[in-house]
Amino acid sequence: MALTLSTGSGFWNPVVWLIAIAVVVVVVYLVWRRGEAGYTAGSAQVKPFISGNAEPAKKVAQMPASNLYWGFTEALSGYYSRVVPAHTGIVTDYLLWVLWVTAALFLLVVIT
Amino acid sequence: MFANLPYLTVVVLTVIGLSIILLKRNMVKVTMGLNILTSAVNLLIIVLGYREGGIAPIYTLAPQTYMVLPTPQALCLTSIVIGVATTALLLSFTMVIYRKYGTVNVAEMRELKE
Amino acid sequence: MIPQFLWDHAPAMTVAVPLLAAFLCPLIGKFTATGRKAWVLAAAAATSALALFTAWRVYTMGTWVYVFGATVPNLSVPPDSGGIPIRIIFEVDAMSALMLVIVAIVGFSVILYSLSADGKRSGLEGYYTLFLLLIASIVGMVSTGDLFNFFVFFEISGLASAALVAYRVEAGRAVEAGLKYFVVSTLAGIFMLFVIAILYGQYNALNIAMLASRMQFTMLDKIALVLIIGALATKAGSVPMHFWTPDAYALAPSSVTALLVVASQASLYGLFRLIFTLYNLSLNAATVGWVLIILGVLSMFVGVTMAIPQKDVKRLMAYHAISQTGYMLLGVGTGLAVLGNVAMLDAFGRMAMEGGIFHIINHAIYKGLLFLTAGAIIYRVGTRDMNRMGGLGHRMKWTMIFFMIGALAIAGIPPFNGFASKLMIYESVYLFNPVLAIIAMVVSILTLASFVKVFHSIFMGPQLPEYEHVEEAPTAMLWGMGILAALVILFGLFPQQVVDSLITPAANALLDQSGYLASILGGA
Repeated sequence: MALTLSTGSGFWNPVVWLIAIAVVVVVVYLVWRRGEAGYTAGSAQVKPFISGNAEPAKKVAQMPASNLYWGFTEALSGYYSRVVPAHTGIVTDYLLWVLWVTAALFLLVVIT
Repeated sequence: MFANLPYLTVVVLTVIGLSIILLKRNMVKVTMGLNILTSAVNLLIIVLGYREGGIAPIYTLAPQTYMVLPTPQALCLTSIVIGVATTALLLSFTMVIYRKYGTVNVAEMRELKE
Repeated sequence: MIPQFLWDHAPAMTVAVPLLAAFLCPLIGKFTATGRKAWVLAAAAATSALALFTAWRVYTMGTWVYVFGATVPNLSVPPDSGGIPIRIIFEVDAMSALMLVIVAIVGFSVILYSLSADGKRSGLEGYYTLFLLLIASIVGMVSTGDLFNFFVFFEISGLASAALVAYRVEAGRAVEAGLKYFVVSTLAGIFMLFVIAILYGQYNALNIAMLASRMQFTMLDKIALVLIIGALATKAGSVPMHFWTPDAYALAPSSVTALLVVASQASLYGLFRLIFTLYNLSLNAATVGWVLIILGVLSMFVGVTMAIPQKDVKRLMAYHAISQTGYMLLGVGTGLAVLGNVAMLDAFGRMAMEGGIFHIINHAIYKGLLFLTAGAIIYRVGTRDMNRMGGLGHRMKWTMIFFMIGALAIAGIPPFNGFASKLMIYESVYLFNPVLAIIAMVVSILTLASFVKVFHSIFMGPQLPEYEHVEEAPTAMLWGMGILAALVILFGLFPQQVVDSLITPAANALLDQSGYLASILGGA
């Protein structure tokens, strides 16, 4: 069985990757083995330890989706402020885009 | 001049249809514009198959064998049937949206955007 | 073992079975709801089996020409017709067979999933009719060898998908999405009809092989080419004609969305088929190739950047579907751009096309999987808004595992299938133009970033009090997802086998125009 994917100028072998994953799993297991032996579920040990402060409510600790990548969209705001409003949601604009692109292709393919 | 009249009609219908779907904001009128565009293409297909002086392509008891092409007519018939289904679906969507949103203006049907 | 009529008529039956089963659904549903479920599942299984059988025969025995209404099913040019293929002809070559495999896999898993996900909802009379109709139309689109027949199936798929998108009214918003999709789809249909008129007017034929053999590449043919690209790239959801995609994908029921992805790819197949088989070398390959590449790069970049700030999980995934379509356009466009140059085609063009085509099947599988997991989450939680989800990994472990497999595959992380096809695209496109390969890699990184966000906000974090009693998705839904997830891993672990047995024949079939013509017109 040829497990190597040949891509013309390179190759890729999933088996090597799987062996690497297996090694990582073994290391993880060894580290886990060295953990605290006296762990009991359901006791105070399970509680999160935040430097002695009380645990905040679950709702507060949860980070909602729209806060992630705020920095990314803010940094690219010049791009986003143009592209996002282009998605107007008006159906005739959609048609206009289709015709516009077809016209551009017409210039490109037919005239040249 | 008159030989080209049907083609001229196709061009006129296409321009009318395109300007309706681009300029009008009423969904019912946009549907009409799409219909006019379909009719323009249907007319084009029929005209392509027309032979001057030809008869309907029915071979039984045909007085002559110089006939118009049957295939474009079959294509056109199929396309008309598809057009009917399309129009019905578009208009029923418009109807439901009018009930829910209270408008047929495409500029106001934009709950989904960005 | 396999009955003789299958050997003779399987391509036609792959369309006929779902078509007839579709219109019997409401009748059976009148008497028994369980009977309808069994009927739909049996019809889907039969369709998939027929499609796989057809594909298997094509891969082992070469292109399969099926002529409707002929005395002998493979008599494409009757002796009294004057050398013209007068009947409607299905021509299933390796590329069509690949698409049939996709329809078979995704169609069956999606039906299995849908029977559980939508089974308890009202108004199922027409739902499965439309569902099977959509499958039939996709099968027809990919196997037909006749331009007008292609148009008819194209319109059926538009009608069926629009009606399915709008099926759950959702206070009018789903209908709005269906309307937008259908208006754009109708315009694309008018374009295709215009193309048919132009080509028929010049060459007096509708059969793709016949048209290709008579192709002169006049001014009118160039206009037809532009309209073909405009219409089919719109239906495939390529930027900047992609606006209908997020609306329709987000509001459709999840099982429908997974099938809509396949329907879009059938349009993409049509685009590639018409460019490569109808025009091939007669067109200006470099210009059209670059057109596809530019559309592809725009789709990749705009798709992924629009996905990042989304809050609606399915809308986000829909933008990723656009972005992944870009990879296919990039891969096949690169192959097209060097079509006339044999040395460059052999050096990397062929590999780029194989990568693009491999990505079609991979994308159909992992994107279908992702939409199904999103559907399972929505089914249990009742919202599509990611801001209101969180901590679901505690309760929906299987769904989380399937989501992880899909998300890693779409981001091109080894050893899943997305990586294999993306690697082929990167390495071959790099030889063509390094900038394009770098853009493709950046887009992959952004894809991973955006799926990390989805994964974190849906599954990670503390268990929220309102989702304490959320249960795992029903078993039938898990099976539907499981089939696709298993294939994602399988294709990722044995990419070379898949490429050798499915992809290379498909790419060769696209490139080999004379072979396609010869199988219909004989040696002529």
